Amino acid sequence: MNAETKVKPAKANILQGINAAIADAMEADETVIALGEDLADPEEGGVCGVTKGLSSRFGEHRVRSTPISEQAIIGAAIGASLVGFKPIAEIMLMNFTTVAMDMIVNHAAKLRFMSGGQTHVPIVIRTMTGTGFGSGGQHCDYLEAWFAHVAGIKVVTPSSPKDAYGLMRSAIDDPDPVLFIENLPTYWTPAEAPDKDYRVPIGKANVLSDGSDVTIIAYARMIQEATPAVAKLKEAGISAELIDLRTIAPWDRDTVVKSVAKTGRAVIVHEAVTPFGAGAEISAVLNEELFGKLRAPAKRLGGAFCPVPFSKPLETAFAPQTADIVAAVEALVRA
Amino acid sequence: MSNRATPDAATQVEIYRRMALIKANDERSRKVIMNGRLVMPYYSPRGQEVIPSAISVNLTDDDYICTIYRGSHDQLAKGLPLKDLWAEVAGRTTGTCKGKGGPMHVTYPEKGIMVTTGIVGSTMPIANGLAWGSQLKGDGRVTVASFGDGAANIGAFHESLNLAAVWKLPVIFVCQNNEWGEHTHFDKTSNVPVADRAAAYGMPGVRVDGNDPFEMYAVANEAIARARAGQGPTLIEAMTYRFFGHVFGDADNYMDKARKAKAIADDPVPAFRATLIESGVASEDQLAAMEAAIEKDIDEAVEFALASDFPGIEELKRDVFAEEMA
Repeated sequence: MNAETKVKPAKANILQGINAAIADAMEADETVIALGEDLADPEEGGVCGVTKGLSSRFGEHRVRSTPISEQAIIGAAIGASLVGFKPIAEIMLMNFTTVAMDMIVNHAAKLRFMSGGQTHVPIVIRTMTGTGFGSGGQHCDYLEAWFAHVAGIKVVTPSSPKDAYGLMRSAIDDPDPVLFIENLPTYWTPAEAPDKDYRVPIGKANVLSDGSDVTIIAYARMIQEATPAVAKLKEAGISAELIDLRTIAPWDRDTVVKSVAKTGRAVIVHEAVTPFGAGAEISAVLNEELFGKLRAPAKRLGGAFCPVPFSKPLETAFAPQTADIVAAVEALVRA
Repeated sequence: MSNRATPDAATQVEIYRRMALIKANDERSRKVIMNGRLVMPYYSPRGQEVIPSAISVNLTDDDYICTIYRGSHDQLAKGLPLKDLWAEVAGRTTGTCKGKGGPMHVTYPEKGIMVTTGIVGSTMPIANGLAWGSQLKGDGRVTVASFGDGAANIGAFHESLNLAAVWKLPVIFVCQNNEWGEHTHFDKTSNVPVADRAAAYGMPGVRVDGNDPFEMYAVANEAIARARAGQGPTLIEAMTYRFFGHVFGDADNYMDKARKAKAIADDPVPAFRATLIESGVASEDQLAAMEAAIEKDIDEAVEFALASDFPGIEELKRDVFAEEMA
């Protein structure tokens, strides 16, 4: 989407939603700045072009390409945020956050607390990931649980252009660090376009379909797998409520618990490997809140517990698919 | 070095005051721990007094520093009030961080003390961001990143110095080379002086006697002036020696006894004191009165800290995020 477009197009994709959100935020607030590898226009606005046009419009002093130096990128974002800026730092791929973990976990997440509230770190860390493009074991992991396990950082992940825009604006507004996870394979899927200045509150899930027999809790690309599953289940006479979590930390316990209290069954779906994943936390809370009221044990559906494989059939089988979700729900309902 | 800056008489006395404050505060810290009045992890800066004292007289309250767990010398030199420091290391609510940070995370933005980190090598990436902020605002401030010789071997050192040079940031990287990275001697961890690495990033690198107030002042003055003038970063390797083990309680058996005895015999604090008196810059009475005032301030700070309240348990839910946790 051309950031100057005055008439809202009917359709947009996630990549355009993020680009527009950053552009609108930079237009509204000159303390919003961005940095990361290949971010500026001479470097083509990022490897997927998410930030295309921004440096030409706002200047390379505000949209800066960096060396391949993830610790330096997050450190620079933290430092600038301590003195009044709202930096958006891109770590190109989620696996590359591993080389900046000290800056993210020990510093960005903790400086507010360790300083007794004297300083705070209003940064957004954008990062993309996701299986489907054959990038193998080091380019497409979902590591959201690692960050959700750290007090002091919020974790969000959109599944639509509207949510991408609304969550990005909220993440930039937020006075604390927000990890913004983008799913690479669904960047270009068209859907309803966001309105300018639209916000999605952090911590608020989205109930995509009402149902009475089971609650499916998913996020990011798994919404694209779960949506057809809901339709197939309906044909089979099973009424499924689909919740897009949107925020992993702090997740919307109220919406999820309320839904599962109604349906009595829960299937949690994510692309991250199952053990110790977000699904484990959600399942534990459902157990604590609804013990005795569940009609079946909460079920987790996650990635296989192995590095993401390259070979296409293996990669496809790695992450939950529509058929897996249908089968898991049917097994729960029949139990 | 042409036009080498020399501190005037008043500045020399001020450098000494800061050194005497650091030394006295260190001696009291160890005493208070030994007496069992306070329990804290303590990393003595004894022996390294000159470096921050001679640097900080070239800075204003608006300039920023990032320092490390061995950082009370940097903090005091930058103007951290003693009461705020002592209450913080005692874990009291009157501390600079409400007792929630402790000795390794002292923060005091009022005097530009933006980050104290417990992670070796982590001051440099964040210092760049502070300096980037100044560059964007054009506010003329500079940022000093302190770290030890051990930190020069961490990847963040390379990433940060490179970025600072490429972006021409107003930052000064100060490696306080006290010869020891925890328990391991510098000779075993680097084949070259830390300052020599600056050439690889295209920035000036200076190795200086960090126990000589005049040398240290001149080098810091030039680096800070360069940064303020928009000429980019400088790497300073200030040579010094750590009088004690890595952490308080460490028996320091790994330290060469003769080398350590020599360093202590060359203690830079009494040496500079004698210089000031011999050169007529200060009198014995003047310095004695200054030292007595420092002791009195420390007495008051310690008693203030120990008489202060501990934070309430509700603080566990505060400052994690802007909004209080449920």
